[in-house]
Amino acid sequence: MNNKYESNKWQEVINWVQTRSLFMLHYCTGCGAIELPPTMTSRYDMSRFGIGPAATPRQADILLITGYLSTKTLRRVIYTYEQMQNPKFVMGFGSCTINGGMYWDSYNTIKQLDKYIPVDLYIAGCMPRPEAILEGFLKLKEKIETGSADGYKKYNKEYEKYKKNQEKVLGEVKRRQ
Amino acid sequence: MILNIFGFLLMAFSAMALGLLFIGIARKVVARVQKRIGPPFYQAYLDVFKLFTKNSITHGFIFDFGAIMAFGGMITTLFFVPVGPFVLYGMNGTLLLVIYLMAVAYLGMAMATVGSGNPLASVGISRALTQMLGYELPFIVVLLTLIYSSNTSSIIGIVQTQQSGFMNWNLINIPIGTAIAFVTLLGLMGKKPFDAPIAPSEIASGPVVEHGGKYLAFIMLQHAVSVVVKTALFVDLFLGGGNNIFIFIVKMLIVWLLVTLIGSIFPRFKVEEGVLFYWRWPLIAALLQAVIIIF
Ligand code: SF4
Repeated sequence: MNNKYESNKWQEVINWVQTRSLFMLHYCTGCGAIELPPTMTSRYDMSRFGIGPAATPRQADILLITGYLSTKTLRRVIYTYEQMQNPKFVMGFGSCTINGGMYWDSYNTIKQLDKYIPVDLYIAGCMPRPEAILEGFLKLKEKIETGSADGYKKYNKEYEKYKKNQEKVLGEVKRRQ
Repeated sequence: MILNIFGFLLMAFSAMALGLLFIGIARKVVARVQKRIGPPFYQAYLDVFKLFTKNSITHGFIFDFGAIMAFGGMITTLFFVPVGPFVLYGMNGTLLLVIYLMAVAYLGMAMATVGSGNPLASVGISRALTQMLGYELPFIVVLLTLIYSSNTSSIIGIVQTQQSGFMNWNLINIPIGTAIAFVTLLGLMGKKPFDAPIAPSEIASGPVVEHGGKYLAFIMLQHAVSVVVKTALFVDLFLGGGNNIFIFIVKMLIVWLLVTLIGSIFPRFKVEEGVLFYWRWPLIAALLQAVIIIF
């Protein structure tokens, strides 16, 4: 009992640190990329929350999907997601990642990102403004601190389901590590 | 013996802590230059802590060995550089030894690169080694001049020749050499005009492209130690060292802030431009100064 209590305290410390240091990898598809530079630079400066850009999937904690995904880019997103190290979080930007947005009847974009990789947080809007993005980051921090941003655990647990969905649109997906 | 080991460990850990603090301060300063608020000054500690709690993936034995070699090489270099009153080795020739040992960290990174097999990493490390050719030449010429003029090749010996006042500093005695050494310091640290090896936006942070989690944490610690080593070396050689650790740290901080400020306003040289830059004016000036001092 005592032991468990201590390990929980330790987990709380880890969560606390993780909320204050987040490296994000922005997978800039669709229109969303243009909202990120103002969020990063002097106007809205996200680095005061400890959030900074990472150069490669290996180093990153957050994966940002900033818009619609064609089936071709979905494959790359899956590779990227699987190369990231746990714990990892995914944020979907804009209505395109939620339900297809204005591409809802397009023949080669996916509609719900959540079917293919677990999304921890959506930011609604077409396109969300930098304020909304920052708000989203703060919400994500809250979720990490309470431990409810557990998409990566879900991905491990329900891997078969995700894999089936992925293969339905992509055909075979070659796994790499 | 035990005490010795204790001293080594203490020095290594305090250098890491100091280096991370310096990096945090630099990030704040760069943020202010760019009119941002910037992360808190302790951000670097949080980053390293977080990276140690992450999962990480290895790419085989060579990769692990390279990471350890890079980290260990930097720590070993630290032991030969006097930091204020802490002098572990004072024998003759430490200056030359330090120059050799600094290359070990790069070679360790090259090893990890080979292990990971990522093409961007090999581009990065080949750029780093090419650039080393550039800045080492003028740097070595300046150091040889320094060894000649102060008649000793141990770092602590050079510090002792500059005691008893401001006017004895090599900054006053060899002003051109100091300026050249400062320019080469930018290259040594991989700061902005000479950061082609790690260029995050072209080659995805170069040598560390495959380092995730704990490996990246080790690379960050290595970077922190290298900041301390290189600024301490500069302070020892040109700014008169210091018997008081606080004065020494203030001098280090001034050098580091100058490097950071210069780094925050310049764009990036291509690698061949960087090498050519070093081989033109700094090298000519260094040679001229050597001739003047020797004759
Ligand atoms: S949600 Fe709107 S702004 Fe974003 S990618 Fe879709 S169409 Fe573009």
